[in-house]
Amino acid sequence: MLIINCPYCGPRDQSEFSNGGEAHVKRPDGSKEIGDREWGEYVFIRANPKGLFYERWVHTHGCRKWFNCVRDTSTDEILVTYKLYEKKPNLNNFKSVVKTPSGEPEVGSGNFTVEK
Amino acid sequence: MKKKYSIFSLAKNALSGHKDWPKMWRSPEPREFYDVIIIGGGGHGLGTAYYLAKEHGLKNIAVIEKGWLGGGNTGRNTTIIRSNYLWDDSAHLYEHSLKLWENLSSELNYNVMFSQRGVMNLAHNEHDIKEIKRRVSANNLNGIDSFWLSKEEIQKKVPIMNTDNLRYPVLGASYQPRGGVARHDAIAWGFAMRADEMGVDIIQNCEAHQIRTKNGTIEGVETSKGFLRANKIGVVASGHTGVLAESAGIRLPLQSKPLQALVSEPIKPIIDTVVMSSAVHAYVSQSDKGELVIGAGTDSYNSFTQRGGFNIIEDTIRAMVELYPVFGKMKMLRQWGGIVDICPDASPIISKCDIEGLFFNCGWGTGGFKATPGSANVFAHTIAKNEPHQINSAFNLDRFASGRLVDEHGAAAVAH
Repeated sequence: MLIINCPYCGPRDQSEFSNGGEAHVKRPDGSKEIGDREWGEYVFIRANPKGLFYERWVHTHGCRKWFNCVRDTSTDEILVTYKLYEKKPNLNNFKSVVKTPSGEPEVGSGNFTVEK
Repeated sequence: MKKKYSIFSLAKNALSGHKDWPKMWRSPEPREFYDVIIIGGGGHGLGTAYYLAKEHGLKNIAVIEKGWLGGGNTGRNTTIIRSNYLWDDSAHLYEHSLKLWENLSSELNYNVMFSQRGVMNLAHNEHDIKEIKRRVSANNLNGIDSFWLSKEEIQKKVPIMNTDNLRYPVLGASYQPRGGVARHDAIAWGFAMRADEMGVDIIQNCEAHQIRTKNGTIEGVETSKGFLRANKIGVVASGHTGVLAESAGIRLPLQSKPLQALVSEPIKPIIDTVVMSSAVHAYVSQSDKGELVIGAGTDSYNSFTQRGGFNIIEDTIRAMVELYPVFGKMKMLRQWGGIVDICPDASPIISKCDIEGLFFNCGWGTGGFKATPGSANVFAHTIAKNEPHQINSAFNLDRFASGRLVDEHGAAAVAH
């Protein structure tokens, strides 16, 4: 289970939070002009990377505020949490532990959560 | 040579201490070029290769797998098989699969241990009753065996169930007698062996890195064993399908999440059917070894860790102990997670895409095992003919632009 650092309340147990999926998704401009396909992409398609991922959480059973987060989906390590109005961090600041696109990291996948 | 298994081969090999069984499939080095490369050596992928060779006469086929055969979600599910889905499109697809399951052991001459012990879906509130009865009626219209069980009938079938003294009492259930469970390894091994006999190259420990395309046509795939050229590529990589699609510049409407399962210590036979409850979220069957096979839910967040959150197991165990107080003191032996690729409408994608020669079979989410032979069969057709089989034509990628979704959140037993 994750410990999530709420930017307002500090580190709390994951059970207090709800996940909100990908962060920084922009609604396309000019909804009258765009076609069904572009609209469908906005409605249905979200990033799903193995590795660094911008995502949203809400502190449901706490301050009830939304915030953003960068998490490594290959290990579940939370790298940074930040407030909605703060600039999104550059992913180059973080090291990705996945060497090939669908490879497994040495530590953090399966039940190997600590170094042997 | 076609391998035959019988009581005589068993006796013969028993005499030599089971040391001389022939290898079930070769382990060839990859060739430079294949007509079709299937990425993903689980049941769906191996089955696709099998049907491509058997029904469509293709011979130059490879299946590449990053780990070992059936080590992904084929070996990580709770092996439940049923076809009681609500909408016509899904009912036809899953029923096609169930019919193939019924004949698979004899077709492959390999025992997939398909045990039609029936599948029960419990109703715990007024809304469940209405939804499940509606589903039963829809199933009957599609010729699928499914009927409503009263509380008393459930108690007769599963005497250990606590139907009354719990927060969400059991009010009834749907029951599909032809549903059941099968052996997860056997389906992968059976398909692999028979595909191999027809000349399919099965290449394990070969990870796909990048799908290469040129001017909107498929070129091949970069793997850990070098670049393999191909006319057609079928991606059947469950949770990692989105990652591979991305490498070809295709965005798929998939989200990958861990789905957990666990097994208990083995006990004497106590439950002879499959009981699923999506409302309180517990489903259980008993394996031939005597272990209870328990399915838990998906995590709320995307992850590739094949582990899953502990809170998910806690929820499931809580529901299990409430429904079956007799299990309260049992110990759990193992727990694991598999990475499932979930579609917005909880239905799969079996489709071609904008790139010529690139095909996807994905989005099975929390319920792909039951569909293994059916999915493989229609996916092979789609790849061979460059167009979908009538059964999978609704499960295309275009539905996310047209809006013609196949919403099966109700029938996909795990709420996600």
